[in-house]
Amino acid sequence: MREDRPPPTPSRGGAYSPPPPDQVLENVLEHVLQFLTFRRDRNAAALVCRSWHRAEALTRLELFIGNCYAVAPRRAMERFRRATAVTIKGKPRFADFNLMPPDWGANFTPWVTFMAQCYRALEKLCLKRMFVTDEDLELLASFPSFRELVLICCDGFGTSGLAVVASKCRKLRVLDLIEDEVTDDEIDWISCFPEGETCLESLIFDCVECPIYFEALERLVARSPSLKKLKLNRYVSIVQLYRLMIRAPQLTHLGTGSFSPSEIVAQGDQEPDYSSAFDACRSLVCLSGFREIVPDYLPAIYPVCANLTSLNFSYANISAEQLRSVIRYCHKLQIFWVLDTVCDAGLQAVAATCKDLRELRVFPIDAREDSEAPVSDVGLLAISEGCRKLQSILYFCQRMTNAAVIAMSENCPELVVFRLCIMGRHLPDHVTREPMDEGFGAIVKNCKKLTRLATSGLLTDRAFSYIGQYGKLVRTLSVAFAGDSDTGLKYVLEGCPRLQKLEIRDSPFGDSALRTGLHRYYNMRFLWMSSCRLTRRGCKEIAQQMPHLVVEMINGEEEEVKDDYVDTLYMYRSLDGPRADAPSFVTIL
Amino acid sequence: MEKPTSYESEDHLNLKATELRLGLPGRDESDKQSSSSVRNNKRASSEMEGALDVENEERDCAPPRKTQVVGWPPVRSCRKNCFQPKKIEADASGVYVKVSMDGAPYLRKIDLKVYKSYPELLKALENMFKCTIGVYSEREGYDGSDYAPTYEDKDGDWMLVGDVPWEMFSTSCKRMRIMKGSEAKGLGCL
Repeated sequence: MREDRPPPTPSRGGAYSPPPPDQVLENVLEHVLQFLTFRRDRNAAALVCRSWHRAEALTRLELFIGNCYAVAPRRAMERFRRATAVTIKGKPRFADFNLMPPDWGANFTPWVTFMAQCYRALEKLCLKRMFVTDEDLELLASFPSFRELVLICCDGFGTSGLAVVASKCRKLRVLDLIEDEVTDDEIDWISCFPEGETCLESLIFDCVECPIYFEALERLVARSPSLKKLKLNRYVSIVQLYRLMIRAPQLTHLGTGSFSPSEIVAQGDQEPDYSSAFDACRSLVCLSGFREIVPDYLPAIYPVCANLTSLNFSYANISAEQLRSVIRYCHKLQIFWVLDTVCDAGLQAVAATCKDLRELRVFPIDAREDSEAPVSDVGLLAISEGCRKLQSILYFCQRMTNAAVIAMSENCPELVVFRLCIMGRHLPDHVTREPMDEGFGAIVKNCKKLTRLATSGLLTDRAFSYIGQYGKLVRTLSVAFAGDSDTGLKYVLEGCPRLQKLEIRDSPFGDSALRTGLHRYYNMRFLWMSSCRLTRRGCKEIAQQMPHLVVEMINGEEEEVKDDYVDTLYMYRSLDGPRADAPSFVTIL
Repeated sequence: MEKPTSYESEDHLNLKATELRLGLPGRDESDKQSSSSVRNNKRASSEMEGALDVENEERDCAPPRKTQVVGWPPVRSCRKNCFQPKKIEADASGVYVKVSMDGAPYLRKIDLKVYKSYPELLKALENMFKCTIGVYSEREGYDGSDYAPTYEDKDGDWMLVGDVPWEMFSTSCKRMRIMKGSEAKGLGCL
């Protein structure tokens, strides 16, 4: 029973009266609803009737805000008064690729300010693509039960904010900084953790591009017996890694830092036995880091390979041969991230061993559209033939064929996420010279569980007709430099019944296509269209017809008169109308 | 079906973009696609970054030197910057630097790698912020114009752009600020 339930109606005369019937119902409901964890289930329960709505609101512990501007902090927090874990997502994903000017928004301050009043019992916070200041972190650190902070792709704060969190959050268990931009305020934040045993379970700071004071880190690890996840930044050398590992053999997740020595190591120098340190970590299942790897040290990880379920080599410039020497032991691998320096041959080695692979990401070492990418359709085909359980793939390449993509669609029916990035724009099948329509068509046709798709290469409107028609479960679609005309976008907006997030850049879709989506924009989280053929008038029409849609026009520079096309359209549903914090380069129609 | 995405600087008429032509940009000039190329009215979103986006689509030229479109391929900068050959250990300044100008509502970012010399950089800044910076002289600084380009170096000091050799500047510059008015004049008198 929760102590802070609304009290039963007072009875007369001091005698006990049973609570009125609807109170009983509410009590029962609250008990039952506690078992509902999935957001979708909770949302459904809340729609049944008023008392269910109320009961659900009181029992929801995890609050998820998919778009920070879809609802005002006050409204969300007043409905769900007892939430102790909050997740908020801010900027749209294309902001990661510099397609949005800085200072666009997604400020965390209004949220934390309200939390300071309403959510003092907050325990967990996860923010993605939000602008978080040091002051925000300071305020968070004052919440007495706060114990878990996860920041993904955030910016606006620095090591001084981290220092406050470290020193004031006495119950901190998780501090995960993932792909954030952290300014170097030249504060030794690691030293700010209080003395004595900590309850730290996870400390992830591989993205923090500031040197750290190693001795403080070593002492911290030594006094954190619950530490299971530790991901170091590239300022930690391999010798320092060794010293940390021998103090924390209980680690399950390790990010190795630079994986290279800090100075030139001469022949015959006495180096620690790195292999034995890895051997001592009997529980290690997830390995990453290798930020500046010297491949000579790779054999050190052999002892843990057989247990690894996740291996991230995406910062490791290694060859096919070097990869082969490691991957041949990784039979249990489920998640594998790698650089294309391993070439098709490296991927063939993966396909030969990793029969349980679920997720593969192949990143380019040279991320330019005219680079010579060493992986191709050959690697993709090999993976499809060897890794039949594949669920998620992200693949950067230059040369691709429809045949390989079709083969993957047939060999890997479990695919949920298919993201292919042919880096050269508008590149066709490099063998047949045809558009990549048939390949992507096969993916949507054959992969019945597909929820996320990212396209690339030369694509005509036909590709979109396939996507619209067969992409029954697709929730997220990313399109770039594709399509012939409005018809392409119309196919998607008239199809894809589950579409939630649509992001499009540099494609010839205009106002007429935009209009065809009117019936569904309230059911989507957002639509992003940049460098397309939208006019201001077309966007304004949408804004006028859909009052609960916030239609933002984002301009790169100040308003240009000669060009009627909109730079960027970003529109999303909102319960609380247009935001008050839009900068001058954003026009809300 | 292909869209020419070239544009020239805003000072010129965008004649190339209104030209009808067949074929895909760049790589595959021999492949004839039958759709007509459509007038390109888009300003590339590269304006947000200040990088150039120029494509030469003449069929009978050598394969074009492509400068990069903003945000393509879609790789986050923390990954991209890891493998830049010029990256210096420890104190690395990174390749993209923020540029602020006194009085401008928001900052811009430029990629110092794109420029090979001070004149190139200053010209780009003048275009980006629509101002005149003028010519550097050792004695006068940028006297003669209302603006002075300054930068913050690795030690956190604010320096006048132009004093040190280009290489040294581009590897030690952390951010830039275009100073205006009396502050700038003051610098010029140092």
